[in-house]
Amino acid sequence: MSATLTASASPANIVPLSSPAGIEAWSVQSDFVPLVALAFNFEGGASQDPPGRAGTAQMLGRLLDEGAGPYRSDIFQERLAARAIELSFTAGPDAIGGSLKTLTANSDEAFELLRLAVAEPRFDEDAVERVRAQTIAGLKYQLNESGNVATRRFFAEAFPGHPYGQPNSGTVESVSAVTRDDIVELHRRTIGRGRLKVAVVGAMGSAEIGRRLDHVFGGLHDVTAVTPVADVAIGGRGRQVVVDLDVPQSVIRFGTAGLSWRDPDFIPAYVLNHVLGGGAFTSRLFQEVRERRGLAYGVGTSLVSYRHAAMTWGYTATKNERVAECLEVIVAEIAKLTRDGPSDDELDKAKAYLTGSYALGFDSSTKIAHQLAQIAFEDLGIDYIRRRNDLVAAVTQDDIRRAAERTLGDGSLLIAIAGRPVGL
Amino acid sequence: MGDSAGLRTGTSGTPRLDGSGGPDLSCTTLDNGLEIVVIPDRRVPVVTHMVWYRNGSADDPLGQSGIAHFLEHLMFKGTELHPAGEFSKVVSALGGQENAFTSYDYTAYFQRVAPEHLGRMMEFEADRMGGLNFDEAVVAPERDVVLEERRMRVETDPPSQLSEAMSASLFVHHPYGIPIIGWMHEIETLNRGHALDYYRRFYAPDNAILVVAGDVAPPETVPRPERTYGRNTPHAGSAGRSRPREPEPRAARLVSVADAKVEQPTLQRLYLVPSSRTATGRENYALEVLAEVLGGGPTSYLYRNLVLDAGAAVNAGAWYMGSAIDETRFAVYAVPAEGRSPQALEADLDRAVSAAASGIDEDMMERAKTRLIAETIYSLDSQSSLARIYGSALAVGETLEEVRRWPDEIRAVTRDDLRQVAERYLVPRRSVTGYLLREPG
Repeated sequence: MSATLTASASPANIVPLSSPAGIEAWSVQSDFVPLVALAFNFEGGASQDPPGRAGTAQMLGRLLDEGAGPYRSDIFQERLAARAIELSFTAGPDAIGGSLKTLTANSDEAFELLRLAVAEPRFDEDAVERVRAQTIAGLKYQLNESGNVATRRFFAEAFPGHPYGQPNSGTVESVSAVTRDDIVELHRRTIGRGRLKVAVVGAMGSAEIGRRLDHVFGGLHDVTAVTPVADVAIGGRGRQVVVDLDVPQSVIRFGTAGLSWRDPDFIPAYVLNHVLGGGAFTSRLFQEVRERRGLAYGVGTSLVSYRHAAMTWGYTATKNERVAECLEVIVAEIAKLTRDGPSDDELDKAKAYLTGSYALGFDSSTKIAHQLAQIAFEDLGIDYIRRRNDLVAAVTQDDIRRAAERTLGDGSLLIAIAGRPVGL
Repeated sequence: MGDSAGLRTGTSGTPRLDGSGGPDLSCTTLDNGLEIVVIPDRRVPVVTHMVWYRNGSADDPLGQSGIAHFLEHLMFKGTELHPAGEFSKVVSALGGQENAFTSYDYTAYFQRVAPEHLGRMMEFEADRMGGLNFDEAVVAPERDVVLEERRMRVETDPPSQLSEAMSASLFVHHPYGIPIIGWMHEIETLNRGHALDYYRRFYAPDNAILVVAGDVAPPETVPRPERTYGRNTPHAGSAGRSRPREPEPRAARLVSVADAKVEQPTLQRLYLVPSSRTATGRENYALEVLAEVLGGGPTSYLYRNLVLDAGAAVNAGAWYMGSAIDETRFAVYAVPAEGRSPQALEADLDRAVSAAASGIDEDMMERAKTRLIAETIYSLDSQSSLARIYGSALAVGETLEEVRRWPDEIRAVTRDDLRQVAERYLVPRRSVTGYLLREPG
């Protein structure tokens, strides 16, 4: 294990700051490149979509930079482009996230455009209709794309009747039904300073950051009216559903219970997941499915942590004739890992990888800003980055067994397949 | 490295703020011909170690399409000294990440690790530059992996099938028309002999570039590449790339893919244009600016015309693949609005493209240049981006000086330059038009 990297992965110079008007932010100062990167999250994303109107939050996100304050969409976009200011918003299930990147020389304009986007979006009718048309075209483009088909069906089966069962981007029908009033109302309910988390990275001092954050967010109202979302567990375990699609390769999505990032057993579950199907060429699924049998190009698992649900989620794709074999291998590997656990050597190596590679996620200002904003959003504490590698290093076989019990459990999976699998 | 080293505030190597400076890099060449570029970035204790080979899919022997890419997969299958998977296990146990990729003109391998492990990465990478040796038993499963990769990327995806068909049509003679991953029926026949023949032809220090980006100063801590790569034997003379030249195009071509799975039709267009290596004068820089002005985002000429003004499309854009050894692609595309066909949209697109040369004003030019030049400053924020920019440039035969001068060259492009390249190259006889259509199921 790399002691140096472990120690250095702790950005000890994260500065917590509170602006004069009380906007809370974390910042990291770095003068290497004359730019500043900002990331932030407003709580309440697609889970706040009105019933039958899935896709409203995503449309809201796409409309924030389509005209604001005195500037109609074309003028607003020209002002961004003229100074190469990069501004974007995305809707996740639990938050609408924003990202700003600018050369520091253009900070005045960049922060003013950001203020207008969050505080005074226009939602002009022509912009709403354009974004609706683009969203629908995007949905149609992916409608029969096998990965997309399998994923949509998986979520529908996993979380029936719950907002998480709906795609963030909605459907052609639901997006067609969204009204301008829906968007205005969602903006009023979620874009407030009450639950805002901001991270700022770059060549900018604390005093200036405080002043600029007040300018951008200080005028937002303080309360947010997020509709409570029910906690939900993944449903449909033990079921296998097939969506027929005329393609030579089947896409497979599978899932079972997981643990939320805030759960004390999350880190052991994360280590366990690394052994099973984490992002290195050494995982058991990668070795058994890809290396040994040539069943698939990609295979892996990850822990999905939403505000109100958690799961272990996996993916692969194999030709129709080998789907049964592929599933057998995956099920057997999960059963074996649950029954016997990883070997001590495997556990040590997984911990070494996870601690050693943590720093790799912090090598650009934008990446750092997004990591910080996410950690703040999850309420993990400003010292999380410093503590995180110690948490990983402390994981024992007992912890792994407990995590396996709580996640992989009896090994029953919800499986969604898109394609024309043979012999199931 | 101290406890606050995680996000070190920069002191050395601060780039010039106007973007014309670029990073503070150094370069050398070993006696065996290996070119080495070092790009310091001391903010985080991470180093990116990349080896680029000056061969890609366009150098695949006739009938063996996909061999460059298949070999890239087999490069993870062991050497005389290290059994299959050992390199990957070591990278992983050191907390590193690794991967590789194949393009038309180059193949590259990389690891991202803590600086103290750089020496070991060099040992392993130098070892597989000359010592590749894998069992026959790994070949068939790995070929299946590549076949699954092709099924995933192309066989299940009508838009990719259109894109393949358009390239195959644009390049009537040059291997840029053959997919990087290879044709299905040829991948199925690739074997160990093909891979090793190809390997022996191209994998040597005098056909490679080493790029090290990241926390590599001070100099005395940098492992000396002579001790690892220096031991690799060069080929007697360069392996050389021998590729046929495209004939002068005469025919406007139209291809279409119709599939019952298509719900959203699209319109695509490719033009055969000069690359950074074949351009005369400032043509390639003019084409970069032209692509940005025409189709770089929501302020672009095509988006304005087709989406905002005419309402004929819901999206439109353009791109230029300037970094290439031989004549290359310039693309424009549009997604028709509800109820419109690609055929109907094509007339609008043609009008917009031919009007662009005269319709582009100074403001649009300035915006496009600002964005292109800002990109070079933004890229200084990511050592992986820098490693890729320099590695790919050298691999296609551009010089470091050309990379350094890029922002100045972009700045110097005039409206007249744009008009000239548009009139010369964005013409029907140099083009392939593609329709993605719904076939009633």
